[in-house]
Amino acid sequence: MILYIGRRLLGVIGVLIAIAAVTFTIFYVLPSDPAAAACGKSCSTERLTAIRAHMGLDQPLWRQFADFVTGIFTGRTVGSGQYALHCDFPCLGYSYENSQAVWDLLMDRLPVSASLALGAAVLWLLLGLTAGVTAALHKDTLTDRALMVGAVAAASLPVYFTSMMLIYGLIRVAGLLPYPQYVPFGHDPLDWASNLLLPWLALAVLYAAMYARQSRNSMIETMAEPYIRTARAKGLPRRTVVVKHGLRAGMTPILTLFGMDLGGLLAGAVITESIFGLPGIGRLFYGALSTGDQPVILGVTLLAAAFIVVANLAVDLLYAVVDPRVRY
Amino acid sequence: MTTITPPAAGVPSGSGPWRLARTELGRRASVRISLLVVALFLLMAAGAPLLSSLAGWTPEEFDKSAVDPYLGGQPLGPLGGISADHWLGVEPVTGRDLFARVVHGAQVSLLIALTATAIVVVAGTAAGIAAGYFGGRTDTVLSRLMDLTMSFPSLIFMIAMMSVAKDVNRIVLMTAVIGLFGWPGIARVVRGQTLSLKHREYVDAARVSGSGPWRILTRDILPGVLGPVIAYTTLIIPGMIATEAALSYLGVGVRPPTPSWGQMIAESVAFYDTDPMYFVIPSTCLFLTVLAFTLLGDALRDVLDPRSGRA
Repeated sequence: MILYIGRRLLGVIGVLIAIAAVTFTIFYVLPSDPAAAACGKSCSTERLTAIRAHMGLDQPLWRQFADFVTGIFTGRTVGSGQYALHCDFPCLGYSYENSQAVWDLLMDRLPVSASLALGAAVLWLLLGLTAGVTAALHKDTLTDRALMVGAVAAASLPVYFTSMMLIYGLIRVAGLLPYPQYVPFGHDPLDWASNLLLPWLALAVLYAAMYARQSRNSMIETMAEPYIRTARAKGLPRRTVVVKHGLRAGMTPILTLFGMDLGGLLAGAVITESIFGLPGIGRLFYGALSTGDQPVILGVTLLAAAFIVVANLAVDLLYAVVDPRVRY
Repeated sequence: MTTITPPAAGVPSGSGPWRLARTELGRRASVRISLLVVALFLLMAAGAPLLSSLAGWTPEEFDKSAVDPYLGGQPLGPLGGISADHWLGVEPVTGRDLFARVVHGAQVSLLIALTATAIVVVAGTAAGIAAGYFGGRTDTVLSRLMDLTMSFPSLIFMIAMMSVAKDVNRIVLMTAVIGLFGWPGIARVVRGQTLSLKHREYVDAARVSGSGPWRILTRDILPGVLGPVIAYTTLIIPGMIATEAALSYLGVGVRPPTPSWGQMIAESVAFYDTDPMYFVIPSTCLFLTVLAFTLLGDALRDVLDPRSGRA
């Protein structure tokens, strides 16, 4: 098991370096010159060269990349002379826009995105799995039909459409909820939740619909297994069979899906954040794009990739817990 | 695709598997309705210039007489300015005809989504068959590549690529970028299917009788994986349409004044309060198309690939 985890962690690092390399190449090769942008309109050639050297842009690409990667693990000094900045471990460089460390910027915004993703995940798991399992247990009845029609329809709604409907219905017409504003959890948990409820719902509708469809299929398949019949034949109550035998095996495919979705969302739900104006990582990323702030773009991409790979690893390890047949 | 044979009377004995599938599909009301919707939108997209000229407006033509300059450019008349002149009303401020824009938007949205799907399906099937059939090092390399591609935060990456590349044909770029991240899903499905097919007796028989790998791949394996591929293809189209819309919504997709549904929705959000129809019309089109393709894909999967998916 420990050997397996170790091997997988090495794999994770490899994947992240590969992703960093691809991102690096794409964004640094493409025609945009941050040095020229930093220098301004009336820029002399000498000054441009100086700025380029200061930003490390005069180095060959592989050199810049090697510096960047070692910087993540050991920290590095960015710039030279009187403008040199030391950037500690995990160094992702400095924003071109406001010279803040990219790592600090990310950690500043992470609580918002994480609150959004985790809250929505709780909601969509509750809604989606309940609907899916209910439909599976009442297969081919009116309940099943109604739930699945609802799920197909909800899965076809784009998230901005759901968001606008929720804003219109719950804020404008009913006046039930405040227009979302991020309140840190530590400040006032109740305020935190009531402000985030709307974005949570908007995201959860889409995912709950997908999870309902998946979990219904998976549950129907599981409940047809011979061991379920055995459990019933032993005289176990239906409830026990469904919860203990059925759910446990039926939910393993959902776990994979959940790992990917949550991993993908933790580093920012760009659309949802921009609709509700939440200052999360998605917004940071969007802002960085419009100003061409490459270190921030690279940082967000890497963080997002890290969340995805780590979530996948966590899911694979959880499999061993959930499914007794899996051994590492 | 647009023709459906009516349910055959009696026992469909002796008909081929494709015929059986068609009969089974034709029996479902949801399939008939969603096929109709899909065909309608495809026709609309294909005949966009014709349709908008029938209505008398081009998508980029301003009509200042249809908006009220004293009310912040609100469309004149009820329901966002729906009238005999403007069938679906007009855009606030500019007065551009919404029917023309929706129809041309369908063209852009569906063109990108369907081309990206084609890229994904061809690349994914090829990679999947190769990985499954040849095994060994080919399989290792391709499977690692699939894992790597799936670890990319795809939406974030797409947004970044779209916004960094400035002077490229937006439609081509968008198709390529969307296609780039989609292929591993289908490649995995095809790889699994190929693995289960490659040691069947008929494939062994073909090998023994002297068929080369190319002939076996195209004549024996490909037909075997075609069913799941078709089902999967229909199921990824809605995702492609939604992705195109999302990118355009975020302002990194097609450039104005070219209309696309996502971009129209993004523009209409600012007016959701004063001119809700402007928001409702492109949203409904997007919703209906995605829904129809999803229903169609569900039915195709049930019929063509009964072992995967629902029981």
